[in-house]
Amino acid sequence: MNFDLLFNNFPEFTIGGLAFGAIYALIALGYTMVYGVLQLINFAHSEVFMYGTFAMLWTVVALGGAEADGIKLIAILAAALLAAMAMSAAIAMILERLAYRPLIKRNAPRLIALISAIGASFVLAELMGLRDRVAGWFGLEDNLDDYVRGARINNSMAGVVDDAPVYHLFDVRIRLIDIIVVISAVAMMVVVDQFIRRSKLGRGIRATAQDQETAALMGVNPTRTIQWTFLIGGLMAGVAAFLYMLKIETTKFDVGFLLGVKAFTAAVLGGIGNLRGALLGGLVLGVAESYGSALFGTDWRHVIAFVLLVVILLFRPTGLLGESLGKARA
Amino acid sequence: MNPMTKVKALPKPVKILLWVALALLAYALPLLEPPFISTPGVDFGGVLFTVTVYCLVALGLNIVVGYAGLLDLGYVGFYAIGAYTAAILTSFHASWPLLLSIPAAVAITMLSGILLGWPTLRVRGDYLAIVTLGFGEIIRLSAVNIEWLGDARGISDIARPPSLGGEEGLFEIPHLLWADGTVLLDTQDTTKFLVFGVLDQIPYYWLGLTVVLLVLLADYLIKNSRVGRAWEATREDEDAAELMGVPTFRFKLLAFATGAFIGGLAGALYASRQSFINPQSFLLIYSILFLAAVVVGGQGNRWGVLVGAFLVAYLPERFREFSEFRVLVFGLALMALAALRPEGLFPPRRTVRAKQVEHELEELETGSEEEVARG
Repeated sequence: MNFDLLFNNFPEFTIGGLAFGAIYALIALGYTMVYGVLQLINFAHSEVFMYGTFAMLWTVVALGGAEADGIKLIAILAAALLAAMAMSAAIAMILERLAYRPLIKRNAPRLIALISAIGASFVLAELMGLRDRVAGWFGLEDNLDDYVRGARINNSMAGVVDDAPVYHLFDVRIRLIDIIVVISAVAMMVVVDQFIRRSKLGRGIRATAQDQETAALMGVNPTRTIQWTFLIGGLMAGVAAFLYMLKIETTKFDVGFLLGVKAFTAAVLGGIGNLRGALLGGLVLGVAESYGSALFGTDWRHVIAFVLLVVILLFRPTGLLGESLGKARA
Repeated sequence: MNPMTKVKALPKPVKILLWVALALLAYALPLLEPPFISTPGVDFGGVLFTVTVYCLVALGLNIVVGYAGLLDLGYVGFYAIGAYTAAILTSFHASWPLLLSIPAAVAITMLSGILLGWPTLRVRGDYLAIVTLGFGEIIRLSAVNIEWLGDARGISDIARPPSLGGEEGLFEIPHLLWADGTVLLDTQDTTKFLVFGVLDQIPYYWLGLTVVLLVLLADYLIKNSRVGRAWEATREDEDAAELMGVPTFRFKLLAFATGAFIGGLAGALYASRQSFINPQSFLLIYSILFLAAVVVGGQGNRWGVLVGAFLVAYLPERFREFSEFRVLVFGLALMALAALRPEGLFPPRRTVRAKQVEHELEELETGSEEEVARG
């Protein structure tokens, strides 16, 4: 137990943990909303995130982000953010259409929907990981070299945002990127929360989560609502992918797996189906991981997340804030 | 007419003969090396051994998922505990004989199942899934990080089962050689009975198959007992079962422990055959493959589950030349299966009957389709 390390660098570990936690929270949003509406673990949501990271990377490569700086770099990054959001949203919609809707229509058992999601997750991850082969079939691997290179692991983002400032406040080292990540993630969460709470569509989503049949009788189109749910989850996963790439700069075809499991953990931690719970759960998980890896060594980082999950579920089985996408006040 | 009903109508001695013949065929399969079925480029006996391990795991997981209805996404954790216990007791920290370490491995795995189940079986179904998933990862990551467990390098020189008749075995059994439409006895290629060596995997397959048959028998007896009925009642409606006097928590715990027992057994066998294990052998993906085996075959039906285990373990080995694409194809197959046969390839008879009854009830309630059409 390395208490000195933790106490001497307490603020740094807190901020680093919050930044990771914010990313978990954004991904968790997709899990929690789909679960709230369909009572379904959207196992393939991790792949939605992963495609976002690659979309971000390709946009930066295509627009020559490595040489750009100043305003141009910011413009490129903005384009990358939009691309990541669009890509993730598109993947989420396709997923809903191909892997879920046929099953929901037939009222299939929930375990089967999970299996379908696992299958979809494998397919999406492998398509990304084998894209150099697929391009090879069409004889395009030379033309598309920038995009298919590093099919399994890709770090073209490294050094693009190299000289991001680092502030020193009362001897505390603060990376600007961490601040950006936390603030933008929390801002996005607030926007979505208010959207679900106040807009007509949000009311429809909440109604469907409460009781799909009654909601349909009241004029809420269930299929449309489910689509919107996937869309919002996908958009947020895109934002998460953008922020993740800013911070980590490397992505893999299976990067989504561990992050997805963590994000789902965050969703359960906060109370699944509960948007504010997802934010809280994500931040708590991120910070706990950060402190834990300081105390026990980084090898134990992932263990801490799961132990925390088990412990919290034992004492508070509905998560920190309880489950409530449907129960939220109108 | 369903072929199964025809088999059922046969007189009992004929049925028993049929089963014995089937079992003998299963034992002889690696010696026959039938074309198309045997795996090119990979040792057929080894592949068949893997199949038996998957069958064991699938039978164990079927008790948890299929009979008791508890979604377990971390089953590989039990498998790992069994394998590691066997490895530690026979090689790393002690030098027990394998036959003594297997009961120990199974007991420890069962204990871990109870320790995990005691607090977690009280939480709801989906949470159970994620808690078990976490458990599987905790086990693996602990194995990676703890030096006493051999950390990432793993453990080697795990004991093999004792051979009969020394180095040369009691006698040698020739394999068949299939060449251009003729079948020959290949006296160059023989299996020594019963030597558990490095090269010939077939004795391990026989061992595995024997264990599978024993577990199948136990499974049959448990399923048709008070315990099996209690599991089913708990799965269908926990509150109703509790009201009828079934102590559901205790039976769920029993299902968990039984599942862990079989998982640990499979893990110990696997470790012994492999003679080397490291945490890479117990990735989360295996939990998912195990679950896929159960669901593909038809959860709750022991024969369906065996078929599922066979498909999941065998197909990737048979089609190794497409090895790069096998995960992709596997994913597509899972999606197709979910869309086309949501109850699995071989749903248990009970599910089929329940569906029929449900359909009839619906007709009674809403009127048959023609009546609706007539308006």
